[in-house]
Amino acid sequence: MSGVQSQNGEGKDILVIGGGVAGLTTAIEAAEAGCHVIVLEKSPFLGGRAIAFNLYFPKLCPPTCGFEINFRRIKNNPRITVLTQAELTDLTGTPGNYEATVKVSPRFVTDACTLCGDCAKACPAERPDDFNFGRTKTKAAYLPHHMAFPAAYVIDRNACKKDCSACVEACPYGAINLNQIDEVKKFHVAAVVVATGWAPYDASKMTNLGFGRFPNVVTNVLLERLAALNGPTEGKILRPSDSKPPESVAFVQCAGSRDENHLPYCSSVCCSASLKHSTYIRSLYPDTPISVFYIDLRTPGLLEDFRAKVAADGKLKLIKGKVGKIEEDPETHDLLVTAEDVMAGKKTTQRFSLVILATGMVPQTDGLPQGVTRDEFGFITNGTAGVLGTGCVKRPEDVASSIRDATGAALKALQSAVRSAPHG
Amino acid sequence: MAKKLGVYICGGCSIGESVDVARLMDVVQTEYKPPVCRTHPFLCGEEGLSIIRKDLAENAVDSMVIAACSPRMKTAAFDFNSGSVVERVNLREHVAWCHKERDEDTQMLAEDYLRMGIAKAEKMEPLEPVSEGITKTLLVVGGGITGITAALEAAEADYDVVVVEQQPHLGGSLATLKKLAPTHPPYTELEENPIAQKIQKLTSHPKVKVYTATKIVKTEGQPGMFDVTLQNGAAPFVQRVGAIVLATGSKPYDASKLTHLGFGVSPNVVTGEQFEAMVADGLPLRPSDGKPAESVLFIQCAGSRDPNHLPYCSAFCCMATLKQADLIHQRSPDIKTYIVYRDIITTGQYERYYARIQNHPATFLTKGEVTAVQNHNGSRLLVDVKDTLLGEAIRIPADIVVLATGLVPNAADNNALRSLRDAQAIVRKNESATQRAEAEKTVAKLQCHEGTEILNLTYRQGTDLPILKDGFPNSNFICFPYETLRTGIYAAGSVRAPMDYARAEEDAAGAAMKAIQSVEMATRGQAVHPRAGDLSYPSFFLQRCTQCKRCTEECPFGSLDEDEKGTPKFNAYRCRRCGVCMGACPERIISFKNYSVDMIASMIKAIHVPEEDEEKPRVLLFMCENDAYPALDMAGMNHVLYDASVRVIPLRCLGSLNIVWIADALSRGIDGVMLMGCKYGEDYQCHFAKGSELANRRLENVKETLQRLQLEPERIEVMQFSMDQYGKLPEMIDQFMGKIRELGPNPYKGF
Repeated sequence: MSGVQSQNGEGKDILVIGGGVAGLTTAIEAAEAGCHVIVLEKSPFLGGRAIAFNLYFPKLCPPTCGFEINFRRIKNNPRITVLTQAELTDLTGTPGNYEATVKVSPRFVTDACTLCGDCAKACPAERPDDFNFGRTKTKAAYLPHHMAFPAAYVIDRNACKKDCSACVEACPYGAINLNQIDEVKKFHVAAVVVATGWAPYDASKMTNLGFGRFPNVVTNVLLERLAALNGPTEGKILRPSDSKPPESVAFVQCAGSRDENHLPYCSSVCCSASLKHSTYIRSLYPDTPISVFYIDLRTPGLLEDFRAKVAADGKLKLIKGKVGKIEEDPETHDLLVTAEDVMAGKKTTQRFSLVILATGMVPQTDGLPQGVTRDEFGFITNGTAGVLGTGCVKRPEDVASSIRDATGAALKALQSAVRSAPHG
Repeated sequence: MAKKLGVYICGGCSIGESVDVARLMDVVQTEYKPPVCRTHPFLCGEEGLSIIRKDLAENAVDSMVIAACSPRMKTAAFDFNSGSVVERVNLREHVAWCHKERDEDTQMLAEDYLRMGIAKAEKMEPLEPVSEGITKTLLVVGGGITGITAALEAAEADYDVVVVEQQPHLGGSLATLKKLAPTHPPYTELEENPIAQKIQKLTSHPKVKVYTATKIVKTEGQPGMFDVTLQNGAAPFVQRVGAIVLATGSKPYDASKLTHLGFGVSPNVVTGEQFEAMVADGLPLRPSDGKPAESVLFIQCAGSRDPNHLPYCSAFCCMATLKQADLIHQRSPDIKTYIVYRDIITTGQYERYYARIQNHPATFLTKGEVTAVQNHNGSRLLVDVKDTLLGEAIRIPADIVVLATGLVPNAADNNALRSLRDAQAIVRKNESATQRAEAEKTVAKLQCHEGTEILNLTYRQGTDLPILKDGFPNSNFICFPYETLRTGIYAAGSVRAPMDYARAEEDAAGAAMKAIQSVEMATRGQAVHPRAGDLSYPSFFLQRCTQCKRCTEECPFGSLDEDEKGTPKFNAYRCRRCGVCMGACPERIISFKNYSVDMIASMIKAIHVPEEDEEKPRVLLFMCENDAYPALDMAGMNHVLYDASVRVIPLRCLGSLNIVWIADALSRGIDGVMLMGCKYGEDYQCHFAKGSELANRRLENVKETLQRLQLEPERIEVMQFSMDQYGKLPEMIDQFMGKIRELGPNPYKGF
C-alpha cells in the first residue's frame, strides 16, 4: 500500500502533513531528489479537495490526469511512506531534529485488499458519501472513489451495524480486521511541511444569502461534484428543489470573502472558479442565461486569457455589484437576488432558478503543531525554520500556484535535511 | 540467452469465475512451453507471492508474466526487486470485470492477452541505467531577485551554484526600488527591500560563484553535463553544470506604444517605473516645471489586458500602484491620488493593503476606461474617462499621470530563432532560386530576433526554451508548473509567467528544486517527470538509419542532435523515454529494452484472428497508458460490459505509435484499429506535449495507404480522450465495434 519504512534515525526524513495537491507535491519532489518523506493524510485517500473537482481552470482538464502521474511517482518511489487516516499528535525538538508522534486510526482493511468489492456487496449498512457532500450513500465498507489511492477499501465503523461481521466473512482474502486499533508511531524528522489545505467558508453564516434555508442556493464546492460524471447526479446540474434544469443561473462572488464581517481577505480562486463553473452550465444548457455578480473580477496573470474566452459567451452577464440579499419565491423556489448594479448606478432585484455562492477559503488548521505562527486569519506565516506551511494553509491559492509553492517548500525541507545529516 | 519464463495466472477477484483458468494454462503450456506456468487463487497474497519468489530464488525463472489485475495495481507486491523482466497481463479490469462470465469471447480475450504478454516478455530485456559522470553544479541565468533567490536556496541545500548576469550589477529590476508592498502580517505596512541583503549573502556564499557582465556564448551537452561557454570581456571560458535555472526576469512594456494613454503628450505622463524614482525620496514633482504635484492619476492596465498590446494581466501592477499611492500619502496626505482601473486585482491577503489605501481620504478610485489624456496649459493634464462608477464620462485634471505599464518576459523565441537560422542557412547555401527567395522573406520577417538568444543551446531544435503562450517559456500543465520542454532547464520568476517579486522568490525556490532533482535523478540514471524513475532509454541501430530526421524533428524535448549527414545523435539525459522517436522512425531502428516496435508487433502477431465465417471481428485498441488506459481500468471497476472483440495495447504515449503496427494488424485480418490518446491543441493534455497530435498526423498517411489497399478508412479512428470521461468508455468502444461490424470483415483475413 505504501512504500518501504523510512530510514528512521538518519535525520534526513521530512514529514509532510496533508496529502492534497500541495502536500503530495512537496513529498514527491523531495523524494525524487533523494529525501525520505513521510506523508500524513487524515482521510483514507490522497488527493485532498482537488481530487473531488470536476475540472481545473483554465485548461478545463480533469484533476485525475495529474493525480494518475503523481500516484505512479509514489508507487515507483520507495522513499515515500504514505500514512492515511493519520494525524500528528505531538512534535518536539528543534529544526533539523524533531520527534513527531503520529496517531494512525484503523482502516480495518489490510494491505491484502485487492479491491474485489465483495465486502461492500455483503455490507448491510450505509453511510453518507462525504466525497459527494452527503448527496449519495456508500456502504459502511466502501472504496472512497474509483481513483482512490491507496487502492483499498475502508470500513467506517461508525456506520456499521452492531456486532456485524458480514464483510469479514465475505472477504476472500482475509483482508478485513475489525479488531484493528489506533497505532502510535514516532518519526525522527529534520523538517515538517504543513500542507493541510483549506475548507470552504461556512455559507450558512451569511444569513442574508439564504444558504441552508433555500434549496436552490448551492455552493461552488458542491457544484464541482454535481458537474462531475462520477458525481451524485452523473454530471447533471439540476435544481435541488425539483430536479429540473435551471432556467437561469446566478453566481454570487465574494460570498464571505472581502467582507469585514466574514473573511476580510480575497480568496483568490473564486472568480476563476465561477467562470469555470459557468462553462459547466453552458456545456449542459446552451441557452441558459448566466449572471455573475462581482466586486472585482480577479483573474490574475495568464488567467486573463481564460476570462476573455469565457466572457465571449453572449448569454453570460458580468455585473459589477455586491449581492445584498437573496429571497425565495415560496411558490416556485426561484430566488430573488438583490444586488447593486454599480455601473448602472442602481439597485436591482432579479429572479434566478439556481444560485451558486462563490464561498471563500479558510485555512484548515486543525491539529497543527504548536508554535506555528499564523496571521490574524489563521494562515501560516513562515517565520519558523523547520516547520513551514505551503499551499492554501499559507494563502488562498489555485492549484497551479499551490503546486508551485509546494515545490519550493520541498527545497526548504531538503535544506533542513541536508543540514541535519551526519557529515562524512 | 534464452529466457526462463514463468507465467503466473491469478484466479482471484472473480478471474477464476469469469474464465476457465485451466484452459488458459493449457493454451500457455501448449503454445509457449514456458519452464514454469502456475496459477493461484490469490496471487498477490503472501502464499501466492512466495511461490513466485521461490521460483526466482531457485533460478527456475528469470522473467515473469503476471496475469492478474491491472499493472497499476499491487505494484509493490509484484515488484520482486530482482531487476528481472516482469510483464503484467490485465485479466481483471480488462477481462473479468467488464465481459460476460464464462463466455467464449471472454475466454478468447483472456487467451489473447496472455499470448500478447508472453510475446512481449520473450523479447524484453532487463534494464541497465545510463551512467556517466554527472556534475551537480547548477547554473542560474539572471541575477535579479529570482536568480539570486534560486542560487541561495540551492546553495543552502549544499549545491554549488554559478550565477551569470548580463549586467555589471546584481539585483535586476528590484534593485531600483526602495520600499516594497506588504507581503507579511499585518499586510498593511510598507516593507524593506531585501535585495541588498540578498546580494550580500549571495556574493559571500562559499557555494556560489557570480559572474556579472557575462554572456552565454553557447551551451552544449545535456543535463548532468552541460558545457556552458561564458564570456565577460576577456577570453571565453567553459563552465560545466548539471542543470539550469532560467531567471532572466522581465522588462516594462514599451510605453511609447501607449500614445492612446497620453505617453509622449507631456513630460508629466510617466511610467510606473519612472514614478517610482520620483517618489523615492520626496514629494513627487511635475517633470515639466519641477513644481510639487497636487494630484496624481494612475492608469491601470497600461498595455496589459489589451489584445492590441499585452493580452495578459501583468499581475504586479495593482499592488505597485497602491504602494506608490501609499508613498504619495506618506510624503503629503493632501495630494489627490486617482486610480482608474478595470479590476483591482489584489488576491489573498493583499486585499488588506488595498482596503487600507482605498480608505485613505486622498484616494479616489474609479473603474473606467481612459479615452484621452490631453495636455492643458503646458503643465496640467486632463484625463477623460468613460464607463465610470458614476455612470457617466468624466474629466479629471491631474499634475502627473502614471501609466502602470505591464511586464514583458526577457525570453528568446526559440522557434522563431530556429526558423531564422534555418532560413539563413538556405540563403547561404544558395542551391535553388525559389528556395532562396522564400528563405530571404523569412529572414526579413524574423530579423528582429537576431541576437536575442539567451542560453544559446547547440540543440538541433533551437537555442532556447520553446515559448508557449504570450511569449513566456511557461509550463502548459496546471499540475506540473515547472514542466519544461528542455530537460534539466527550468524557467522561474517573471520570465516564466507574470508575477510580483514575492511570488518570484517562491518560484525561484521551486525551479531550484526541480534543477536539483534533475541532477540527482540523472546521477541515478533515472528519467525525470513524467516517467520519473524510468531506467529504460532508446538505442539507435544507426547502420540502417536513412537520415530522414523524423526522430530529431519529432522529439518533444530536443533530445536528438544531428551530425553533418543528418544522422541522429542521441543524448540520453535529455530523454524522457516517451518513445516518440520510436514511433516516428520508418526504419524501425529505435528500441528500448522493454519497449520496441518488434515487441508490439509480436503482440499483434500473437493475437488469434478467427476466420471470416466465425463472425468474430478483432479490433486493436492502442491506448495511452497515462490517461486512456487508467480510464479503462476505472470503467472496469464500474463492471460495465463492453464488446470483447477489442485487444488493448498500452503505449507509453500515443506518439510512440509506429504506423507499421497498423499495417501489421490489417494485413493479419484485424478488422479495425482504435487509438486513444490525450487531448491535443492549444490546451493539450498530452504529458509529452505533442505525442497524441503526432500520432494523429501519422494516421493521415495511413489512411492513404488504406485507400490504396481498398480498405475503408473508417476502420481506423483516433480519439482524443479525457480521463473524466471514463464512464463513457464502454459506450465509445461499443460504438466503434458497431461500425466495424457494419463494415464487415477485413478482406485480408487468412492471407
